[in-house]
Amino acid sequence: MNTVTERQLTDFVYAEARLLDEQRFDDWLQLFADDGYYWMPLTPGQTDPRLQTSLLYEDKLLLRVRTERLGGARTFSQQPRSRCHHLLQAPAVEDIDNAAGLYRMRTSFHYVETRMDTQTLFAGWATHQLRAEAGALRIVLKRVDLVNCDAAFGNINLFM
Amino acid sequence: MSRYRNNPGAVQALVRDREVHKDAYVDPEIFDLEMEQLFANTWVYVGHASQVPNKGDYVTTTVGTEPVVMVRHQDDSIRVLVNRCPHKGVKVAPEGCGSTGKFFRCPYHAWTFKTDGSLLSIPLKKGYDGVGFEQTEGATGMAAVRAVRVYRDFVFCRLNPEGIGFEDFFGDSLSTIDNMVDRSPEGRLQVAGGVLRYMHNCNWKMLVDNQTDTCHPMVAHESSAGTAVRVWNEAPPGTPKPMAVELFAPFMSPYEFFEKMGIRVWVNGHGHTGVSDSIHAAYSEVPGYWDQMVAAYGEQRARAILGDVRHNTVYFPNIMVKGPIQTLRLFKPIAVDRTLVESWTFRLVGAPDMLLERTLMYNRLINAPTSVVGHDDLEVYERAQEGLKARGRDWINVARLFDDAEHGQVNVATNGTNELQMRNQFRAWARFMTPLAAKGCGV
Repeated sequence: MNTVTERQLTDFVYAEARLLDEQRFDDWLQLFADDGYYWMPLTPGQTDPRLQTSLLYEDKLLLRVRTERLGGARTFSQQPRSRCHHLLQAPAVEDIDNAAGLYRMRTSFHYVETRMDTQTLFAGWATHQLRAEAGALRIVLKRVDLVNCDAAFGNINLFM
Repeated sequence: MSRYRNNPGAVQALVRDREVHKDAYVDPEIFDLEMEQLFANTWVYVGHASQVPNKGDYVTTTVGTEPVVMVRHQDDSIRVLVNRCPHKGVKVAPEGCGSTGKFFRCPYHAWTFKTDGSLLSIPLKKGYDGVGFEQTEGATGMAAVRAVRVYRDFVFCRLNPEGIGFEDFFGDSLSTIDNMVDRSPEGRLQVAGGVLRYMHNCNWKMLVDNQTDTCHPMVAHESSAGTAVRVWNEAPPGTPKPMAVELFAPFMSPYEFFEKMGIRVWVNGHGHTGVSDSIHAAYSEVPGYWDQMVAAYGEQRARAILGDVRHNTVYFPNIMVKGPIQTLRLFKPIAVDRTLVESWTFRLVGAPDMLLERTLMYNRLINAPTSVVGHDDLEVYERAQEGLKARGRDWINVARLFDDAEHGQVNVATNGTNELQMRNQFRAWARFMTPLAAKGCGV
């Protein structure tokens, strides 16, 4: 892959959020590397996803289960469906290593999930670790730190 | 208008042999009586001793809706104090956990209390000289719960100073806690991993009922566990089965499996599913663990411990324990239609990390507010809470496999799809909802 620009990296973050808001989950899953993970820690500053509990720590297989389930005829908690909206601050490019093909961005967000008459606001920071693979950028890790990650929540149905 | 207060007959009439009246789930007065009676007359789970390892360590929680603080006293015993300053009512210990040293200090006027609750000091004490202070409630300090029992590090209390004894209350049900603790080669558990907190807009008993409801997984969880199985079946042949699939797949077992795995009830509303088999029976071996267990217990005993694969054990009124996957779920009542579910996990001290990893993955996949399994459970609870508003249909059905002979029968294993445990809970509920039950015991 040629040199990746900061603009390409920030565009990636915006495009990813848009796929989620438009619920184009098959396209969204394609953004993940085969060994990619989506992680939502349970505690601020958490470093261990294995021996510390998280809200989510899922590989591509589990993410696929999650997305395929959403539209299922017997997915009762999605009848009616949830909708979501991302409001992103301009992503900060924190690491850009073209030699290794590794990149990291941090994006502050407000995220709204709605279902029926209830709208829930979440706020936090998303960290994208990307890898250049065969001419495309792929997510190695998307980490979502909610500002109130240790609060008691109701259902969180979609992806931040 | 008060329909149930001072009317024990009306409360008893809510529970029939095969039905429970909807007011048990939707009536705020019943909820208040549950907090005053049921959660005071029974032994309720407070916390685990490993949360307060050192003198002065404390953790705040609730027993029913009573704010309490569990603290390690200077004599190393664990005390449970009502978390309320006798002066102006302020919660003395801050939310969460920490170390308070030798005493608690109220943040409002600096009254201090020893960790057994007794009043230690008041600033400008002379202001209380000759005013009859010793005749006030305030002079006695923070109220200490007298009936506290620590069983293999599990801390329970009975708020009512009078009432049924600990052993009488639990009977043979303590065998589930025994089994979970014995699964540690050192015979010790530690709270580990962090607690998942999940808010439910439904009555707390819907969650308790669900724990031994074996006719719902293949229906409510078809969308999650069923999808997991289907996605896994599309994996290329020879791909090693991921831990997550191993945890999800048994939820899709057919009715026959759940019928055969059995259910057993004990005294006072306790009971469990998974007598001879369970959805936790077929997990892969964790390297090194078997050898540790044999070294600790001998082969025969180790086999007996690990061969006991109980599914869900309900300790009435409001916890569920899973021995084989070291999980404890605490259903905290907040209001008649609001419940906080805390899902706690334990490390088997001395056992390989992979067991804790599996426990945490299970907790995350099944019990988190992000869980695709939990989503559909919560959906049906909340729909039930709404649906129960319907007029003209007043009863909830618990008749599956009812048998007249079951009254008074305990420690008997029966068909795993029997709603016997739900009936068992409600029979205990009716008894402990009245002040008289504080003295009695039995089935």
